[in-house]
Amino acid sequence: MVKPNITSLAGGGAASAGQPRSIQDAVIRLAGDSQDGIQTIGGFLARLAGRSDQDVMTYMTIPSTISGGPSIFQVRMGTGDILSAGDWADVLVAFYQHSYEDHIESLRPGGVLLYDNDHVKPNPDDKRFTTIGVPVTSRTIEAVGGAAKDKGKNIFVLGLLARIFQLDVAKLTGLVRERFGGRTEDVVRNALLAFDAGYGYPADNLRDCFFRFEAVQRVSSRPQVTMDGNQALAYGLIAAGVRYGAAYPITPWSSIMEMLRTELPKYGGIFVQAEDELAAVSYALGAAYAGHLAVTGSSGPGLSLKMEALSWAVMAEMPLIVINVQRGGPSTGLPTSVEQSDLLQGIFGSHGDTPRVVLAPKNVEDCFYIALEAGRLARQYSTPVLILTDQSLATRIEAFDEPDLARLMVEVKPDLTERGADFKPYPLDRLTRHAPPGTRTASGKFPNVTGLEHDEDGHPSANPAMHAKMTAKRREKIKALGAELALPEVHGDREGTVLLVGWGSTWGPIREAVERLRQSGLTAGQMHLRHLHPLPSGLDGIFAQYRHVFVVEMNDEGLYGFGQLALLLRARYANPAIRGINKTDGLTFRVSEIVDGVTRHLARHDLRETVPSFRR
Amino acid sequence: MSPAAPATLTPATNGAAPARPPLTRKSLAADHPTWCPGCGDFAVLAAFQRTLERLQYPQENIVLFAGIGCSSRFPYFVNTHGGHFIHGRALPIAAGVSLSRDDLHVFVFGGDGDGFSIGGNHLVHTARKNVRITYVIMDNFVYGLTKKQTSPTSPVGFQTKTDPTGALDQPINPMRALISSGATFVARSQATQVAHMTEMMERAARHDGFSVVEILSECVEFYPGAFDAANPRKNGALKLIEEKKHDGSPEDAQRHDLSDEVAAFRLAALPWPGVFGVFYEAARPTKNRLEAELIARSREKTAGQSELQILQSAFARLR
Repeated sequence: MVKPNITSLAGGGAASAGQPRSIQDAVIRLAGDSQDGIQTIGGFLARLAGRSDQDVMTYMTIPSTISGGPSIFQVRMGTGDILSAGDWADVLVAFYQHSYEDHIESLRPGGVLLYDNDHVKPNPDDKRFTTIGVPVTSRTIEAVGGAAKDKGKNIFVLGLLARIFQLDVAKLTGLVRERFGGRTEDVVRNALLAFDAGYGYPADNLRDCFFRFEAVQRVSSRPQVTMDGNQALAYGLIAAGVRYGAAYPITPWSSIMEMLRTELPKYGGIFVQAEDELAAVSYALGAAYAGHLAVTGSSGPGLSLKMEALSWAVMAEMPLIVINVQRGGPSTGLPTSVEQSDLLQGIFGSHGDTPRVVLAPKNVEDCFYIALEAGRLARQYSTPVLILTDQSLATRIEAFDEPDLARLMVEVKPDLTERGADFKPYPLDRLTRHAPPGTRTASGKFPNVTGLEHDEDGHPSANPAMHAKMTAKRREKIKALGAELALPEVHGDREGTVLLVGWGSTWGPIREAVERLRQSGLTAGQMHLRHLHPLPSGLDGIFAQYRHVFVVEMNDEGLYGFGQLALLLRARYANPAIRGINKTDGLTFRVSEIVDGVTRHLARHDLRETVPSFRR
Repeated sequence: MSPAAPATLTPATNGAAPARPPLTRKSLAADHPTWCPGCGDFAVLAAFQRTLERLQYPQENIVLFAGIGCSSRFPYFVNTHGGHFIHGRALPIAAGVSLSRDDLHVFVFGGDGDGFSIGGNHLVHTARKNVRITYVIMDNFVYGLTKKQTSPTSPVGFQTKTDPTGALDQPINPMRALISSGATFVARSQATQVAHMTEMMERAARHDGFSVVEILSECVEFYPGAFDAANPRKNGALKLIEEKKHDGSPEDAQRHDLSDEVAAFRLAALPWPGVFGVFYEAARPTKNRLEAELIARSREKTAGQSELQILQSAFARLR
């Protein structure tokens, strides 16, 4: 029988008269080792939330080792918009003593510690939490038996959580069957035995700790799909008409190429595992030259290796989608951590004047839509388009409305229609429209694409005036895109004290931070940039509405005191109100870190304003 | 080995399409070459145009790619679709073209620096993958465009601006490198021999797989006389490989079996200037074909479904 040790702290798990406590959302952190399958149950919980029309967001860390090592999976599920994976856990599931010790401080005081008492001895003097010890390992062995030993204790814990949170057992066991259905019947049976053992664990005394999610009221009529950011990007590429690509394996990009290698042949396409990053971008450019919409991708170190070929793609005006799943740098850095330190590499990384398009998705759903937009822009402007996503988006699972594929899916086929007598491969007065091989020309002359500076016919030209004109042409077409982009929406107060500016995966935590700042009485807004190069025109008008503009980024403040986007915005707008809130610990932003950053900036500012001597 | 033409040919070569004017040197001529007077590459260009005249592919379906170097200017001088890519990467971009468009005939031209030095890794892997491409390497044993630096094929002792006292490093043996990498057609020729070059290039183009012809092409500016030992007009000897005819005759036993890899390595090890002709030819499935078969297998399960339906069912599984 379980004897929960219930904390007396406010906000604790205990509810009155045995009624399940109604909650809006809960953060569950599962801490174990990477081989325990905690990602699997985390995934089940996320899928369940998605199927139940709840919102969900996950966060995981994996060790950069071949096998083993501590690992966590955090699931935040609930009703209403879930914008971040949660600063603090409401429930911590600790499989081992080290899991308990490393993560107990991430548990909210008053939260529930659920631990495997076969392995964990919590500090008896720590009264901040409701603690529940369950012999997870021995009960799993008892339930499953045989040679599987404690394999399946993750599913046992899933059963326990289903009981504690009154989750939909039918849906969960359905998911378990789907997941293991492809294997032998034994595997499915063992999984369900472990689940039932966890769910049926004599836990009557636990009733006081039970939670129940509030009823869901979603407006959308579309079903939800649940996936991680890399999956969403890969499917977005397929919907965008990408049928060819090439890459070299690198964490955390690899799962996209693994998916495309499997999926593209179903659509008649080919994804090549190239011998290196240089070959990968070259293969992809070959497919682009042949008239297809093609993709290559990597993470920071690999993007560096692709830079020479990307400069060619700008010069030769080839459409191409390039994905960079950012991780901690420099060099090999932190391969399984998150950072936004490739922005300037993405925009300026190549040699020469190489204007190109750089986009960043704000969440998992946006990974899908940004791939579609990248495909459209690459083709419209005949240019490489970079998508800067990151490690946290790559591995984060979210539920979102299933896209209307019938409306969105694009078919791209090489345009081999004969080109008229006025065809020029590199016209100065209009956008380049590449004529792929197989295309006949009225003139009987066939075009060369080239990385040498060239005239309108694609002939090499070192004429000084021609280089100036062609440089301007390549610049102006990207500027024209900037003029067409809609201004980003401002969330929160449209004028006031603080504007928080962000890009990429920080969208959710920044939005939560803005809400907290406003609750504390500050006027605050959020502006999130999906288009980083070119920037939409007219951002200065938005900046002018606020006393302070803080750019929130997961990168270093650099030699001049500004993060990479902040540096760019200051260079572009020469606005001294722009400053940065940065961090470089390889972890996603906690909402509180952003709020604290704002508070620190404002305190310094107020000090300068009120104490004149401070300036000296 | 039957040197089969690529599996998918356009209607014009099947004789089904309406007649069109044949490919001639005139219709294939483009910019006048920028090479130095007397450069061996002029003869390679002439031999290649003669090769295309023989092959009579539809002109719009011929693609030429090159990297960087004197010889890599080649695509500008032939009136076909093509591109001038970056140093050393002509093979992977051409492989991307070949794999994604089975209707095209893809040729790559380049020099020894492009192929064996900066692009050496791609040579190995394109050969291993057996991508359907014909690659012509114009080997002049020196970096010419950058004005006389040591190349990966410069002989030991050759004086250059980067090795003023003579090259120290062992040069690459191109034939050996190509055979061991898995190229399925490996041949060697000499730029003073237009008929031989033409024969080698035509056989390479008709080979179903990754075919390479190394052509010794003299740089008259920075390495004059480099290949005199293989030039009969300069008192050298051009020794050609005698290919086995499989006719059972006693003299045939002495001839070279093109499918014999060990014998090919022995030919590659002969002292300078060695022999010329086809060293090795093997039938191995191309990556083009293997990928097409993978596509066919992948589509068996979704036969009759549109691409939209395939994607929709993928999303349905993620609900």
